[in-house]
Amino acid sequence: MTDAEIRQLAAELLSDIAPETDPSSLPGDRDIREELDIDSMDFLNFIVALAKRTGLAIPEEDYPRLFTMDGIAAYVGEKS
Amino acid sequence: MNEQTGTPGTNRMTYREACRQAIRHALIDDSRTFLMGEDVGLYGGCYAVSKGLLQEFGPGRIRDTPLAEAAFVGAGIGAAMAGMRPIVEIMTCNFSLLALDQIMNNAATIPHMSGGQFAVPLVIRMATGGGRQLAAQHSHSLEGWFAHIPGLKVLVPGTIEDARFMLKAALADPNPVLIFEHIVLYNEEGELDPEVEEVDIAKARVRRPGSDVSILTYGNSLPKSLEAAEELAKEGMEAEVVDLRVLRPLDNATIFDSVSRTRRCVIVDEGWKSGSISAEIAARLAEDVFFELDAPIRRVCSREVPVPYAAHMEEAALPQVGQIVEAARGLVGAR
Amino acid sequence: MMPSLGADMESGKLVKWLVEPGSTVKKGDVIAVVETHKGAFEIDIFQEGTIAELCAKEGEELPVGALLARIGAPGEKPAKAEPAPPTVEEKPAPPPPAVEPPAPPAEKPEPTGSKAVPAKAPAGRAGRAKISPVARRRAGELGIDPAALEGTGIDGSVTLVDVELAASRSRPAERPGPTSSEKRRAGFDPDQMRQAIAAAMSKSKREIPHYYLSTTIDMTRALGWLEAYNRERPPEKRLLPAVLLLRATALALKAHPQFNGFWEDGSFHPGEGIHVGWAIALRGGGLIAPAIRDVDMLSPGGLMEALRDLVGRARAGGIKGSEMMDPTVTITSLGDRGAESVLGVIYPPQVAILGFGKVVERPWVVDGKIVARPLVAASLAADHRASDGHAGGLFLSAIDRHLQEPETL
Repeated sequence: MTDAEIRQLAAELLSDIAPETDPSSLPGDRDIREELDIDSMDFLNFIVALAKRTGLAIPEEDYPRLFTMDGIAAYVGEKS
Repeated sequence: MNEQTGTPGTNRMTYREACRQAIRHALIDDSRTFLMGEDVGLYGGCYAVSKGLLQEFGPGRIRDTPLAEAAFVGAGIGAAMAGMRPIVEIMTCNFSLLALDQIMNNAATIPHMSGGQFAVPLVIRMATGGGRQLAAQHSHSLEGWFAHIPGLKVLVPGTIEDARFMLKAALADPNPVLIFEHIVLYNEEGELDPEVEEVDIAKARVRRPGSDVSILTYGNSLPKSLEAAEELAKEGMEAEVVDLRVLRPLDNATIFDSVSRTRRCVIVDEGWKSGSISAEIAARLAEDVFFELDAPIRRVCSREVPVPYAAHMEEAALPQVGQIVEAARGLVGAR
Repeated sequence: MMPSLGADMESGKLVKWLVEPGSTVKKGDVIAVVETHKGAFEIDIFQEGTIAELCAKEGEELPVGALLARIGAPGEKPAKAEPAPPTVEEKPAPPPPAVEPPAPPAEKPEPTGSKAVPAKAPAGRAGRAKISPVARRRAGELGIDPAALEGTGIDGSVTLVDVELAASRSRPAERPGPTSSEKRRAGFDPDQMRQAIAAAMSKSKREIPHYYLSTTIDMTRALGWLEAYNRERPPEKRLLPAVLLLRATALALKAHPQFNGFWEDGSFHPGEGIHVGWAIALRGGGLIAPAIRDVDMLSPGGLMEALRDLVGRARAGGIKGSEMMDPTVTITSLGDRGAESVLGVIYPPQVAILGFGKVVERPWVVDGKIVARPLVAASLAADHRASDGHAGGLFLSAIDRHLQEPETL
């Protein structure tokens, strides 16, 4: 997947969780949990969806790398 | 005013005169109509309602009866079944008790029991109420009681217009109709609207519109309620006074509409409180208007004693303006 | 009957029937959708039978306790029954005999242990507020608790004008509300939910003598166990720490039942089962605490499933009426981004609410040495009429102990 495709996917999945927000317009280095007001359940649901769509395992210890859009793009790009 | 004929063009008359004109015009308009009762002919009526009618219409159509209510009410029922249009006068509702079996078990039930083969187009007029020191046996208000009986219609004209025109509608009705004329109202005087030539016998009427409390009433309690409304207006409370006009069948629509708007209700009924028509109306309001109510329903009725003879005691026993004002005022509480 | 879906609910709107006369229903079937100021709820049924008659119309606003439908015995043909007049009650009373199918009282369509107190007439209760019927109705529409108001009507009763005045005073003068599309996405009206929360919380603070206890729990073992558990599982099977908090609380409640139940009519009624109300913050503002049933009997995996399902449905407006009425106790957890501790407000008529703050790394003393440990502040707010501080302390200790043995949860 390209960087743009990953970001688009992440934005799509995050929109499902936080429908009134616009994740695609988030600055890449911000903590999505703060910006989109999502809690641990939301975040886990996001991970589940992301894992399903990308086919990645995403172990718990990698979560901190996925707190920003930049981080998500980097992680998924690296692993896939 | 010519009391014998009622001079055309003169609209001012007493309630008594309105009743008389009603009977007079009924006899003129329909040859099947006649009046029968105690002292209606030679004496001119116990309350002078039929004064001069014997002279005008003759003994065939203005018939004095013996002192035998059961008999002459029964005869009236028979006459009605045979196709006449009798107006039976029972001197006062107090004596109707002697004819109760005829009224309830014959007049009210024959159309039903005959499967509609016999109609009973009978009108019974009775004087009712207290306030003339006629003591316990002669001061009843039984219109509410009669309103309990299916098969009857019960009218309570409280205005001169209704006294004048309700009889015509009652005679046109194929059912037995009871008309209760309050003894104190007979002397009331007023102006008839020349445009009005008939009235219905189905609806209650708002005599005074208001927004703060509904006063539901009839008969001689109507003028008392209107006076109470004027008192309340001075205190900034606008009472809506509804003249029930018909106690059976009650006009639910008008009653419910009024109380739904004002959300508070005082019912004024000269009958005794327990098991009275005011209780029936309060029950209907509780059933159908409950969620609109902003205060409990209040009733002003006669005290539960046989009506006293002494003037000051009789006054204390019957509903009065001050009590109506107090009841309405109490509903609003502090503002 | 229209259920009470919250301590302050007075009426609800029947949005949609999901069954019709003749439909066969069994316990748990969803039969209608009802909207209240808290949002839309699915009404599920507690009896088996055949729908005899739908008494309420779609779009109709009905007070709590109003007749919604009649149910006959299974297989019974829908008959033309006489209509029963709707009644407004402060709390839902058991339905009149005409509505009950030929089943024993245990089958009443009110959940166990909730606000329905069987056959107890509220007559003669001292100090009961007098509220006129229309004032009560209007207060329900506005999400105001009429019992809290000063009455200017007869006998000191609360009247319509008292309610309207109270509402206009509490409403902010001019404030651009959320746009209608924002409201729709949120699935409920935030203003009305705010009113509802205000009403419930005010009532709680007014009527319940709260006492507060807190303790700090070392989460090392629990989180370590969780990490190991999650490492071996794909994302969809992993657990959140909330699961452990829920389980530990539920197990502690088994030994301390005086924190699991209701205070009603002057006495404590233990809950039938441990059904934990889980406080869920809704997007766009608003709070809801529907129940997860029988938490003491669920496995961690099962509990996680239930939690995920509940939170998802809460956000989408698909909470069932029974879930709102069921909680025997409530837990509010601020998760990983909230404050360090939370002292909750009890949801009447429950008698306790547990609060868990965020897990933070702080210095801790182990064997005389200072070490960094993940700690969580656990608090208990409890109804002093139902329990005392000593018992509360023991209860919190029990939760702590369970969290030290996560493999038993």
